[in-house]
Amino acid sequence: MAAPESQNLATPSALRNAFGSVLSVLILVLIGVLAFSIRLFSVIKYESVIHEFDPYFNYRVTQFLSKNGIYEFWNWFDDRTWYPLGRVIGGTVYPGLTLTAGTIWWVVNSLNIPLSVETVCVFTAPVFSAFASWATYLLTKEVKGSGAGLAAAALLAMVPSYISRSVAGSYDNEAVAIFALIFTFYLYIKTLNTGSLFYATLNALAYFYMVCSWGGYTFIINLIPMHVLMCIVTGRYSPRLYIAYAPFVVLGTLLAALVPVVGFNAVLTSEHFASFLVFIIIHVVALVYYIKGNLSPKMFKVAVTLVVSIGLVVCFIVVAVLVALVASSPTKGWSGRSLSLLDPTYASKYIPIIASVSEHQPPTWPSYFMDINVLAFLVPAGIVACFSPLSDASSFVILYIVMSVYFSGVMVRLMLVFAPAACIMSGIALSQAFDVFTGSIKYQLGGSSKSKDDAEDNTSTNNAPKDDASTGKTDKVEEIAKERSSKKGKKKEREPAEKPSIRSKIAKKKALVLPLEASIVALLLLIMLGAFYVIHCVWAAAEAYSAPSIVLTSQNRDGLHVFDDFRESYAWLSHNTDVDDKVASWWDYGYQTTAMANRTVIVDNNTWNNTHIATVGTAMSSPEKAAWEIFNSLDVKYVLVVFGGLIGYPSDDINKFLWMVRIGGGEFSHIKEADYLRDGQYRIDSEATPTMLNCLMYKLSYYRFVETDGKGYDRVRRTEIGKKNFKLTHFDEVFTSHHWMVRIYKLKPQKNRIRGRVKKLKSKTSSGSFTKTEKKNPWI
Amino acid sequence: MRMAAKCPLLIIINGLRVKESPMLSQPFKLRKVFLLHVNSPADDPSSVGIYFFRIAISLDEMGARIWIFSVVVAVFLSLSGFSSAQDLQIVNAERRIDVSSHIVKAFLTLKVENIGKSPVAEMLLAFPPTQIKNLAMVQALAITGKKKKKTYLPLDVKPTELSGPPNDAGHFSISFASPLGPGETVTLEVLYILTHSLEPFPMEIAQSESQLVYYRDSAVILSPYHIKQQTTFFKTPSTRVESFTSVEPANRAGKEIKYGPYEDRAPYSYTPVIVHFENNSPFAVVEELVREIEISHWGSLQITENYKLTHGGARHKGVFSRVDYQSKRSISGASSFIGLLAVLPPRVNSVYYRDEIGNISTSHLRTGFRKSELEFEPRYPLFGGWRATFIIGYRVPLEDYLFEASDGRRYLNFTFGCPLVETVVNKLTVKVVLPEGSKDPSAVLPFTVNQDLQVKYSYLDIVGRTVVVLQKDNVVPTHNVPFQVYYTFKPIYMLAEPFMLVSAFFFVFVASLAYVHIDLNIAKK
Repeated sequence: MAAPESQNLATPSALRNAFGSVLSVLILVLIGVLAFSIRLFSVIKYESVIHEFDPYFNYRVTQFLSKNGIYEFWNWFDDRTWYPLGRVIGGTVYPGLTLTAGTIWWVVNSLNIPLSVETVCVFTAPVFSAFASWATYLLTKEVKGSGAGLAAAALLAMVPSYISRSVAGSYDNEAVAIFALIFTFYLYIKTLNTGSLFYATLNALAYFYMVCSWGGYTFIINLIPMHVLMCIVTGRYSPRLYIAYAPFVVLGTLLAALVPVVGFNAVLTSEHFASFLVFIIIHVVALVYYIKGNLSPKMFKVAVTLVVSIGLVVCFIVVAVLVALVASSPTKGWSGRSLSLLDPTYASKYIPIIASVSEHQPPTWPSYFMDINVLAFLVPAGIVACFSPLSDASSFVILYIVMSVYFSGVMVRLMLVFAPAACIMSGIALSQAFDVFTGSIKYQLGGSSKSKDDAEDNTSTNNAPKDDASTGKTDKVEEIAKERSSKKGKKKEREPAEKPSIRSKIAKKKALVLPLEASIVALLLLIMLGAFYVIHCVWAAAEAYSAPSIVLTSQNRDGLHVFDDFRESYAWLSHNTDVDDKVASWWDYGYQTTAMANRTVIVDNNTWNNTHIATVGTAMSSPEKAAWEIFNSLDVKYVLVVFGGLIGYPSDDINKFLWMVRIGGGEFSHIKEADYLRDGQYRIDSEATPTMLNCLMYKLSYYRFVETDGKGYDRVRRTEIGKKNFKLTHFDEVFTSHHWMVRIYKLKPQKNRIRGRVKKLKSKTSSGSFTKTEKKNPWI
Repeated sequence: MRMAAKCPLLIIINGLRVKESPMLSQPFKLRKVFLLHVNSPADDPSSVGIYFFRIAISLDEMGARIWIFSVVVAVFLSLSGFSSAQDLQIVNAERRIDVSSHIVKAFLTLKVENIGKSPVAEMLLAFPPTQIKNLAMVQALAITGKKKKKTYLPLDVKPTELSGPPNDAGHFSISFASPLGPGETVTLEVLYILTHSLEPFPMEIAQSESQLVYYRDSAVILSPYHIKQQTTFFKTPSTRVESFTSVEPANRAGKEIKYGPYEDRAPYSYTPVIVHFENNSPFAVVEELVREIEISHWGSLQITENYKLTHGGARHKGVFSRVDYQSKRSISGASSFIGLLAVLPPRVNSVYYRDEIGNISTSHLRTGFRKSELEFEPRYPLFGGWRATFIIGYRVPLEDYLFEASDGRRYLNFTFGCPLVETVVNKLTVKVVLPEGSKDPSAVLPFTVNQDLQVKYSYLDIVGRTVVVLQKDNVVPTHNVPFQVYYTFKPIYMLAEPFMLVSAFFFVFVASLAYVHIDLNIAKK
């Protein structure tokens, strides 16, 4: 973007201009490198491995894609999950991330660079965060010039909230979706600023990529119409707005409908209705403006009354149809996750499966400080800066931040959408502040050394005609950004050359000139603030967000201790069980089991079938025999539980157990949460209820646990367990990992005793009575 | 019958283990009589025809484990068999069979005498068919000099096909350093190694049981020659020996079972014995090992080894209890193993140990001047029948292993075999990836392997790299001997890839320069 544009290299101003462009390209490259490398802590501290849960599924899908090709991928029916239902992967997955990584892998391999699919997947997120920071630069440049753009890009490159979802190995949809989101917004604003149909088409394509990548695309398809509506209401309608919006909706919706997982939802669900409504409104408004231009004011008034009366009738009909459509669907046309966005208490009330996921909870205040740090203080300043002057672009950014603040307050996961907005705002704020302070300093110093050199007027040098939002400001802002990143000596060297241009501008708004000392102090404080932000981000990247969660480490006196129990058990399952065996576990471990152990699971993290999950929850909450029957009916051979009591791993199945009870109880009424609680308290010690002490989860977790220390002290719950010595009647322990974190049990085969009886009967009695005994046999 | 009169007839009645089954009511039951091999001499009276009957007999004696062993009837009616067989005889033979690990090592000391009239250049070793397929290696040394001045001279050993011998017995021929003249004697040391020859019994054991195995062999040495005197020793890993076939004189002392001495046994005498003993040594069997050695002329050898490891002993049965495994380590899981040791070259660097789902953190590397040792553990302890896969990769400096031959060719000198100690590899594939542009590859090995050529495309390759594929089954640690791969290579090819990269970047910059300077607008502004 910032390639030297000036043809006339002879004049010093053009040379300086070109130099600035090259410098900003260099800075952008460095920002990209920063964004990429700050996310490599996970590889350096741990290893190049896929993280957590969902990334394992994406990894598995990518493996399938790279092995079988795109057509097989669209038709993929996965029979290794949700046994016996299976899952249509091609039609239920957002394919953007998978296709992106698959394409990268294909390109790299056709160049004979033998990278494994895993390596490509691990590094997709860091690469795309570099892209995202460049997209942020472009977006902010459209709003407030390239200085703000560079500042925003640098902030986004290391914002902890985004790092948390895009460290190397975090191979999740958000990794590419944030880039797609910012880039779509950039193209929208670019179209808005230029009125170019070329950018409008690109915008629709970027939106298509976003739809492919993440369910969060609904944020775009609601935010842009809102902005268009806002522009119309505040009288900012222009043909550019029409060009920016109308092709986007038409093309974007058509393209979105191409994605199998969205399909007709792109026109049928309520999340998309706002865009169509605004589409109608903008046409009405465009028509009005057109007619207004053609008619005399008197005729126009007549036309207005005519149109308004007809328009009201049409609107009424449309609204009636919409209401009828919406009312006919059970959830009023909104998906559960979307509903919980509008009503934050919706999920916890009605859908325990959504509420049970920690990232669907509302965030706490400390998490704002953790995730965006000092940006929280800079955002208001940025909003103020956007109001002076208010342009189409800056109003969009304001709307973006307001909406994303609300959404992030509902669901902690959407902090991710808020973070780019916060970076853009803070970038603008920082840039404007530096602008004012350095301008003041230059003015104060320049006043004493006026006669040193006189140079040409520079006000109209830069790409001013391109930005109608920030005409003439870009140049100055860019210089400031340069100073920030360059050494002080360099800065002094260039100072005299800049003076005239700055002086001429500062003369225009002398009101902003501050005293020299105050400016210097404020600058230092700002730099300190920035330094604090950088330190915090590096700390967050290194310490807080880099753990892959499948391997845990603890630092103690003897040095680093590694807990690699999950992979130990998955490897065991993968090598020592039959390839068609079914493994039951709580849904959290479904994706990992299919990806790492390559075994069929009953439920996984794609929680599409509540009843199926409730069945597993019920089995875990039932006594041994009932659980055995449930599992046997599901053809399960192994049951996997995660137990942290020996080493103190808090997110184990016993701590998740109440969710199993709740979800199970939601479908099967004989499971009651109250049976598992003693006076409303969840406990596993001797005070626990008999239902709790006899349920399968308790037994599988604590089987022979007492033999480790003689008391059965649970280090997570910090108590001795309630029932210590018991035998399993329907399950056999077949594997327990080194630190007991994963325990795998095998269902005992159907009882021999009864089969023996059948055999005896067979030999003694005739076939007629044999069928009678068979009916009695509960095992067959 | 003329045929019967001319042919040596060997009948072995081979006792099989008695089933402890109440179904078997007869005390003595003839289960199978089958004709294994008939080589009819009707057309060729000079060849040796043998009728070989194996009569398997099952016995039941009040539930006790009884082993019936054989009666060997070897009747030689023909004198027209092997001419050399009659020229040589073994004066004294001692055999020490070490069954303390799962790799059975047998040391034979043979004193061979030429009793014929003409010099003999080679002698034969015979192995029963059950052993020949598990025979990993045979080595022979000639001992010259006495006592302190003993010198060992390695001899050439190669498998030979004989049409005559009984029951598909396999043969190896040992070439003497110099033909053995009439009346002369020579002392030979023969080492042969058997794999998969310990059969676990019981086949399945629980976690707390220790592993018992059978070893089947003959009390007398199978040989095409007359053996005047022979002794066989079995060395068991512990003093716990459940049973062994008694062929008088046979006795056991501590960890040693002694069969013999037996006098004057005819050629192809065979007296099957079974030893049933405890063996808890790690039965580490690598089912498949693929070693890829990639030569980079930029200064390193990258070695990547893909292992498919299994526990080849008695299958694990029932539960695996971690609490038992951790607290009662001595009695629980005695036959399982967790720690493995790989001996890597010295100056090894960038060692990694991982599997398909990521790094495995339980490993420890010690580097030394003569060798490096990588101690590592699979993700979980291996019980009988359990499997694990893993990858070990490392890099060594090129100058230690790549040399220039006198004729200008280059050659790689690297170790064949598996770096894991005390491990059997069922199928070993060594792939030597030569640099791009190499020509005329040839491999030199001290034993026969299957050779093949492939092409591999690696970093920015255009024509691909030649891969020399060496494949061998049944590899034991004694196969860890150097081998050489010769090839020709012009150093100019090393610059191909850097040049490609440089030119690619150059074109990118030229293209962007051109893009900036060319006005693509249709209408002038």
